[in-house]
Order: sequence, then structure tokens, then C-alpha cells
Amino acid sequence: MHESSLINISLFILFLPLLGFVITLLLGKKVKSIYIFENLIIIITFLSSVYLLFSKLSYFRTEKINAELEWFGFNNIINGTTLSINLGFMIDNITAIMLFVVALISMLVHLYSIEYMKGDERYNRYFAYLGIFTFSMNGIVLTNNILMMYIFWELVGLSSYLLIGFWFEKKTAADAGKKAFIVNRIGDIGMFAGILILFFTYNTFSFDKIFSSIGSGILPFNSDFWLTITGVLLFCGAIGKSAQFPLHVWLPDAMEGPTPVSALIHAATMVAAGVYLVVRIFGLLTADAMLFIGIIGMLSAFIPATIALTQNDIKKVLAYSTVSQLGYMIMALGIGAYQFAFFHLVTHAFFKAALFLGSGSVIHAMHHEQDIQKMGGLRKKMPLTYWTFIISSLAISGIPLTSGFLSKDGIIASSLAFSDLTGHYLFPIFSLVVAFLTAFYMFRLIIITFHGKPKDEHKFEHAHESPFLMVMPLVVLATLSIFIWYTPNPINSEQGWFLSKWIEKPVLHTPDKTRFDFMKMGNIESNLSHSYIESEVYKEAMHHSHLSAMILSGLVAVLGIFLAFTVYQWKKIDADKIAKSINPLYKFSFNKWYFDEIYNKTFVALTIGLSRVLAWFDNKIIDGIVNGSAFLTKHFSFFIGNFDKYVIDGIVNFTAYFNGFAGLIVRRIQTGKVQSYLALVIFSIVILLFIFK
Amino acid sequence: MTVGLTHFLIVSTLLFSMGLYAIITRKNAIMVLMGIELILNSANINFVAFSRFGNFGYSGQLVALFVIVLAAAEAAIALAIVLNIYKNLSTVNVDEIDNLRD
Repeated sequence: MHESSLINISLFILFLPLLGFVITLLLGKKVKSIYIFENLIIIITFLSSVYLLFSKLSYFRTEKINAELEWFGFNNIINGTTLSINLGFMIDNITAIMLFVVALISMLVHLYSIEYMKGDERYNRYFAYLGIFTFSMNGIVLTNNILMMYIFWELVGLSSYLLIGFWFEKKTAADAGKKAFIVNRIGDIGMFAGILILFFTYNTFSFDKIFSSIGSGILPFNSDFWLTITGVLLFCGAIGKSAQFPLHVWLPDAMEGPTPVSALIHAATMVAAGVYLVVRIFGLLTADAMLFIGIIGMLSAFIPATIALTQNDIKKVLAYSTVSQLGYMIMALGIGAYQFAFFHLVTHAFFKAALFLGSGSVIHAMHHEQDIQKMGGLRKKMPLTYWTFIISSLAISGIPLTSGFLSKDGIIASSLAFSDLTGHYLFPIFSLVVAFLTAFYMFRLIIITFHGKPKDEHKFEHAHESPFLMVMPLVVLATLSIFIWYTPNPINSEQGWFLSKWIEKPVLHTPDKTRFDFMKMGNIESNLSHSYIESEVYKEAMHHSHLSAMILSGLVAVLGIFLAFTVYQWKKIDADKIAKSINPLYKFSFNKWYFDEIYNKTFVALTIGLSRVLAWFDNKIIDGIVNGSAFLTKHFSFFIGNFDKYVIDGIVNFTAYFNGFAGLIVRRIQTGKVQSYLALVIFSIVILLFIFK
Repeated sequence: MTVGLTHFLIVSTLLFSMGLYAIITRKNAIMVLMGIELILNSANINFVAFSRFGNFGYSGQLVALFVIVLAAAEAAIALAIVLNIYKNLSTVNVDEIDNLRD
């Protein structure tokens, strides 16, 4: 086993989906069954990623594999220095795991889509788009420099746009695509600015080189403040891509896309790219930047959770839940729970994909009905969908024995430890509240959809369990939501292989004075991995908070589920009555905190207003200047033309006429008679003699 | 009364004027040629007179001799031209020969 074979296999994983995309797109119209090729490609990609994951974990577990080649270079930038822009891969355990997650979910979604999208008029194009998405996502995961990451970042944005607006005949879908793209661009501007600052300072895009430069004390503009700004700017990309507050508005709209796409892109992988970005740049985050990230994550976890309580569209509920869970991960990164954040990313990818595919199964069965108020009683009709949905919901709610419990409990424990160490007590409070809300709205969704009596008898009659290709992914994903894949101990993940062996421990490179106290060098110098989570202080704090976190998180989850059952199953409490009694709050939540309205009234209106002003300026001033100059030029030309015609031509013609006239006169002298010439000569001589006498 | 330079010059002037008159007024080309001879001879008289009354030695007489020779050659050529004109145009009337105008 050699390192280069890992590089080769990762090249394979990266470019196979691109091949699939190109071939499927080109032959899509002619060869009706080309989608089988794309599916084969993705299965091979998945097998390669499994191979990569196993060989990485078994042969190169502690190594970081780098491969680089020069893309292009410049000579003689300043004083003969050279600058080369490199393309490169970096494969550590996080990369390998992430590749596996992406390839697995992508494969399951491909297979699921074979049934779900059947009969669509752009069937093959759909698979082509999935192919380019997988390619770009793999690119983000594999890269070792931020420039390539930015390129693939935009490519996933593009494929997301294409897939959200896949049914572009529907105006809402087309609009949602545009909204997603534009809102993402807003975040990307920040990320781009951050990249520029990094490149300006370090003359390289490579993560490792930037980290080692920061470690040796080189900072942007020589100031800690600018390092913070750089971190925050890069994080802006994650705010856009991971749909964090305040740019979370695009994700619920993105549900206009086909449901498998929502599972793949808007639940499991692409939106997690933002989290992945923060994981990659974690080493350069200062305490201030981390606090900012933590607060954004906290708000993004809380706000959508409150919105999800009142939504009636099955996909919207899941979308808000996604934003909320992504907020959880981002918050975890902000408070230094690096490993748990990535852990939650992985577990969330599986159970959220299961939930989305499950909702797709329901929507498929109900003939594209998405309103849960019109469903009900589907439990008996679709047992497999129901049970996988239950398992995934238990996982997202954080009930013990599930993967979600492990990661969520870890984040809550970290937030408790963090508040212990720094005094920011809002983080644990909010994470517990969000955990409670999550359990509540997930089971509200389940009960209204699957329990009770059917509300639409006609549609209920026709409802049926989905075919094998749609159920199989659900089962696989639900199975992956069980604790056993990550740790042998169902209530403590820290000793499990996933956290203690697989994921690398976070290492900070920032100057000492910009870190949280517990992350300072003094605390971590004693341990070998140079990671603050191995320090005595942090270990002790985690140890203290662990038991209380476990009890609290389990308690709030059970409480949330119990409350959901009391309200919706047993009807002990009338939900409508409560909604009426707190009507303003209910309305506030139902209308999604009026974010869209506020944005429409402010940013959109401002932009449109500005565009109008600019259009007016263009129409009146610029066009006026252009038309005026045209008018002036025209008239000046007329003037010049007339001058030419009358004055210049006049002079020329006059010369001609004068000469002609003079010729008429003088020609008489030329008689051809020698004698008259002679007489003239003599006459002239006489006159000359008189003159010059 | 002694014959002086002035008398010679008067004679040559008269000769010149008559020659010029003949050149300008005569219709016949032969007559025009004769006018030219007159003018040449008036010049000869001038040369000889100046030579006799000035102190140039015999240069004047010598030039006069040259002029006589030249006049003979010129007369031969001119007569040949006149003969050719007559051959081509059947006339020696200079008024009718205005081909030079074109």
C-alpha cells in the first residue's frame, strides 16, 4: 500500500462523476437509458470511496496525505520572486469520511431517484445534474487549498441552482433557484474577500502553508484584529452555503426542487459544506471569530426551530430543521467542539437524508401532496417508510441508542464545559431549548402525517408503500442512524473509534493572546497532539459536564416527544386553542419571523429602488449624453458638410472656372501662325525694353 | 562729312526693320526667309561696324564670316523645310499653315 494509490483512487472518485455528467448530458436526449450509466458510475464512485476510507483508516490513520501540482506560475512578481498557484489534494481522516458520506448518500439518492423521477420529461438531465453535483462536492472535500475550494464551492452552488430550478416551468421553482443562487453569492463575497486577504498576506492558498505561517507569527496586516476579520469573512461563505442566520432564507424555498435533491443537497451534503469549510479553517480562528461563529450558529439553531413548530409543509418542516441542525454544528465549532461538530455533520447527513427521502416516499404515495394537514394514518399503508422515519426522528431528537444522541449530547456537553470555562452560559441554554423544540416538531410531524385518521380519503386509498429502490435507501440510512457504527458504548461516544481514533483533533495556529483561556499554549503544551481538547483543563470540564449533559439532553428530548404526543396524539391539550391564546407569537412563527417580508421590504426594495434610480440615470443622463453627443455630432457634420460643399468646393470650382475663362481668353493668342507669334514676341520685347530701360 | 558709326547703325537698323517687316507681313514663306536673311545681314553690318570703330581687333569681321556661313546653312535647311511643307500642304502661304496650334 502506497500513498500514491490513495491519491489515484481519490482522483478516480473526483473525476468519475464528472465523466458521468458529461456523458449523460451529451447522450441524454438520444439514449433514453443513459441514466443507467450514470448510476453505474456513482456506484463505482461509492465503492472507491469505501476503499479509500478503509485503506486510509487502516494504513494511514495518523497521516495527512498531500499531493500537489502547479497549475500556473508567475515569474518575477517583485524582485525576481516567483509565485505558483497549485492544485492539490489533502486526504486526512475527515476527508475520507466526508467522501464516504457524500458518495454513499449520492448513490442512494441516485437509486431512489430512478423510481421517484420516473416519467419526468428531463429524466436523464436530472441524473446528469446529480453527477456534476457529486463531482463538485467531492472537489470541495478533497482540496488542500482555499482557491480550489472556492471554485468547487461555486460549482456546488451552480448545481444546486440547476436542481432547485429543475422544474423551471413552475415559477416558484425558478424563483427559488434564483433566490438560492443570489443569497449564496452574498455570503460568497465575504468568503472571497477573506481569500484575498489570506493570499495577499501569505502568497499561497494552501491551508497547511497558511497555518504554518500563522503559527510562525505572520498575521494579516500584522494585527490580531485582521486575523479575526479574515476568519469572520471566510465564515460568511459558510453562512451562505450552510443557510445560517441571516442568510437562511433560501433553504426553505429550495424545497421547490425534487425531494431526492433536497435530501442530497439541501440536507446532507452541500449545506454541510459550510460546516466543512469552518472545520478546514478552524486553525486560524481567533477567540472573537469563534464567538461570532458560535452566536450565529446559536441563532440559526434557535430561530428555524421555532419556525418549524408551525409549518404545515412536510418539506418545509424538514428544511427548517436542517437549518437548525446546521446551526447546531456551526455553534459547536464556535465553542470549540470541533470533533462533535463533524460527528454531528456525519450523523445528521444520514438521518436527515433518511427523513427527506422518507418525506419523498410519502409525497410520492400521496401524489405530490405536501401539506401534512391533508395526510394522516399513513402508518399502516407505508410501514417501512414509517419505521425508518421514526428511527431517524429519534436520532434527530437525540434519544439514546441513536447516532444523533451521541453527537448532540457531545455538543451539549461541550457547550456546558464551554460555559463553565468562559462564562458564556447562553450556549447550553439555547442548545437545550433547541433540542427540546427539535424533538417536539419532529414528532408533531410524524403524528400528523402517519398517525390518526386520514383526512383525504381519496388520496389515502391510493397510497401505497414505495417500490424497493425507494425503500432500500431509507433502510440503509436508518440503519446508519444507530449508535453501533460509531462507538460500542451507546451513551458515551468519546471512547468510541469514531471520535478517539478516526477524527483528527483540532489544532489551533493562532497567536496565544487571541485564544480562549482554556485553549492557550500553557494548557496544551503537555500533551502530544497539541490539541486543547487533550488538555487537563478541558478534559476536566468535559468530565464534569458529561453526566449532566446526558441527563439534560435525554430529558428534553423525551419531554419534547411526550409533549408532542399529548398535544397531537392524545389531544389532551388543544393545539389550536394555544395557538389562539398566543396568537401574535403563533403568527410570528407561522410567518417565519417575517424574514422574507423584511428582506423584501428592505434589501430587495432597496436594490430594486437603486436599480430604478440607476436605470433612470442610464435612461436620462447617460442616454441623454450619448444622444446629445450624437445630435451635436450630426449637426456639426452637417455644418462641416455644408462648409465643404459651398466653401471648399466653391474655391475649387472657382479656380477651375477662372482657369477655364482665362484659357478662353488666352487661347486666342495661340493662333498657330508663326508670324503672329513673332509679332507678339517683338511687341513684348518692346514693352519690356520700355519697362527695364 | 565723314561716314561714322552712327551711319552704319542707321543702315543696319533700316535693314533690320525691313527684314522684320518682311517676316511679319509677307504671306509667302520664301519672302519670310528673305526677311530673315536681311536681319542676319543687318547684324553683320553691326558686327563689322563695331569692329572697325571699337578696339576689338578683327573679332567682329570674323563673327560676320561665321554668320554668313550659318546663313547659308540655315537657308539650305529652311528651303528644304519649305519644300517639304509645299509637298505636304501644297502651299507656301504662312497664313494657311497653322498646324502648330494643335
